[in-house]
Amino acid sequence: MTETQHAPLRDDPGRAEDAVPAIELAGVRKEYHAYGETVAAVQGVDLAIAQGEFFSLLGPSGCGKTTTMRMVAGFEEPTAGEVYLLGESVTGVPANRRDVNMVFQSYALFPHMSVFENVAFGLRRKRTPKAEITERVTEMLRIVDLTGRERRRPSELSGGQQQRVALARALVNRPRALLLDEPLGALDLKLRQAMQVELKRIQREVGITFVYVTHDQGEALTMSDRIAVMNDGLVEQLGTPREIYERPASKFVAGFIGTSNLLAGDAVESGGGTSVLKHGDGGRIEVGREFATGDKVELTVRPEKMQITADEPGDGLCRVHGKVSEVVYLGTSTNYNVTTDGGADVVVFVQNAMNAEDVARRGDTVWLSWEPQHSYVIGSAE
Amino acid sequence: MRRLRGALAPYLMILPGGLWMAVFFVVPLVFMFSVSLMTGNIIDGFKQTWHWQNYTDGFHTYGDKLVRSLWYGLLATVACIALAYPAAYWIAFKGGRRKSTYLFLLLLPFFVSFVLRTLAWKLVLTDNGPLLGPLRNHGLLPSDFHVLDSGFAVVSGLTYNFLPFMVLPIYVALERIDYRVIEASYDLYASRTQAFLRVVLPLSLPGVFAGVIMTFVPVASDYVNSEVLGGPNNVMIGHIIRTEYFDNSSYALASALSFSLMALLLVGIFAYARALGTEDVLEAAGR
Ligand SMILES: Nc1ncnc2c1ncn2[C@@H]1O[C@H](COP(=O)(O)OP(=O)(O)OP(=O)(O)O)[C@@H](O)[C@H]1O
Ligand SMILES: [Mg+2]
Repeated sequence: MTETQHAPLRDDPGRAEDAVPAIELAGVRKEYHAYGETVAAVQGVDLAIAQGEFFSLLGPSGCGKTTTMRMVAGFEEPTAGEVYLLGESVTGVPANRRDVNMVFQSYALFPHMSVFENVAFGLRRKRTPKAEITERVTEMLRIVDLTGRERRRPSELSGGQQQRVALARALVNRPRALLLDEPLGALDLKLRQAMQVELKRIQREVGITFVYVTHDQGEALTMSDRIAVMNDGLVEQLGTPREIYERPASKFVAGFIGTSNLLAGDAVESGGGTSVLKHGDGGRIEVGREFATGDKVELTVRPEKMQITADEPGDGLCRVHGKVSEVVYLGTSTNYNVTTDGGADVVVFVQNAMNAEDVARRGDTVWLSWEPQHSYVIGSAE
Repeated sequence: MRRLRGALAPYLMILPGGLWMAVFFVVPLVFMFSVSLMTGNIIDGFKQTWHWQNYTDGFHTYGDKLVRSLWYGLLATVACIALAYPAAYWIAFKGGRRKSTYLFLLLLPFFVSFVLRTLAWKLVLTDNGPLLGPLRNHGLLPSDFHVLDSGFAVVSGLTYNFLPFMVLPIYVALERIDYRVIEASYDLYASRTQAFLRVVLPLSLPGVFAGVIMTFVPVASDYVNSEVLGGPNNVMIGHIIRTEYFDNSSYALASALSFSLMALLLVGIFAYARALGTEDVLEAAGR
């Protein structure tokens, strides 16, 4: 009897092992007490980060990203809830006994040590044999492209080089997971983009779980396997970059990730799992959910999903009518700002194809249309 | 023109300080050095005779006091480090928002005159004073027990008097350490002891180094403590120089002794700087 119960696990132990999340947070809360006030920096976060995943925590300043990371690293104990590393609770386990390493926002390199000694620090603490230290440090410095800089002090390196030392110093220990707290925050745009590519390459090369904190949505979208969007100490949405971008679960996510057009309409018909909303004169928006007639529904549509035409669009498309208030030429694309008859200000991106004339001018009245599947309901009010 | 002004700017900036040093430090120094090679006495006047023997005479007569001064200086400096480091550490890392208050409290006694403080110590430590008197009366101490007039009293007084010169630079060095660097060491598997020995200590060594220079030199040449607390058997060289100069008017001998002390201190400090002040030491400490 017992045999058969355990059989599936035995058949494929590798799979079972892989299924254990590298990092799991269950109902994690963190409160700080300062000046007689209680600040809930993190107010109940549940997350499971798979092994080998590139996972991003994205959110505005002060939303609790750093605090969340510090609890995983062991610098902070949760006020409530539990952190698990590879399925084991790490409550009360100090930072130096947790098999995760952190790359600090400010790098926090040891200023009195050479690049080599910085990278060797963790291995020396673990009493790794000398020959192996030299070998692993050298190899890691090669991966981050710092060969030949071993004897420099951190102060003698550029910002990008320091960042790579910080990365090497953590990675050389082959931790179960690497926590990166806005590691590119201090770099200029060019270097930042180069480092983003570099980080992805390194992650593929070493195959370690990366938890990446950023408040740059572009960075999160391009680099991550999955993203958790945080706001005010809570995870607002968790999903792949595509899900988060195309199907924002809340007004906050829609507004925070990319540009999003917010429209509201009154439900006029519904049935068969869909509803039709009225928005201004002639505006008809179809959404994939049923609402009671008269409900006020809010939805978002991404600017690049909208078409702009002078004539009324064909049947089957969602449409609103409005007036162009601004045309902004951006080289590869043109932005049209349109005020709808229903009183919403929306933006439409139009790619500039070869020899294309501007499709509309300031002051023109136009139709905006899009496929129904690009409407995302984010709220309703009776 | 502008470029010339730019090039001159740094020199112009050191001009006031440089002039001050030239007038009030270098000139007297040269003058004293010249005096140290004179012969004569206060009644017949002094004459420059390049009498290097003043130096050897000084060593013969007062060599033991010179050595004692350096020894007491060393003891007091070590005691200062032992007391100042934990205090500075605690204020810098655990002081929270009241750091400056704690620092101020530590420095408060030093708003009182140096001589007055030392005299107060004498009152406290006398055989029948408020500290020893009751203990002795209750038979808790043997009747021949003294604190005053001992080397111990002198070193204690020196330690007490020069403590802030050690606390302040160490505090400043510790305070400047980015706490995340310490966290990074924990993150990289360092225990508390290792984090202290490999990161905090090496990063605070420049402060200790500055503190040592700022205490050792004035402590070794101090003349108040040995006079007030030490009695006749624990005389330090500063006291001798003072007596020779003001009481015996042996200007040449006093000057020669001053220069000998200065030379010894400089040699000591340079040796110390060479041994400790290099980056290699910090690096080695970090391993
Ligand atoms: N030690 C602390 N004491 C009191 N409040 C704190 C402390 N650390 C963080 N907080 C508060 O907790 C909240 C979350 O802070 P946290 O550092 O996690 O934000 P963050 O998402 O990392 O922001 P940023 O993008 O600016 O780095 C903030 O409101 C902050 O003021
Ligand atoms: Mg942060």
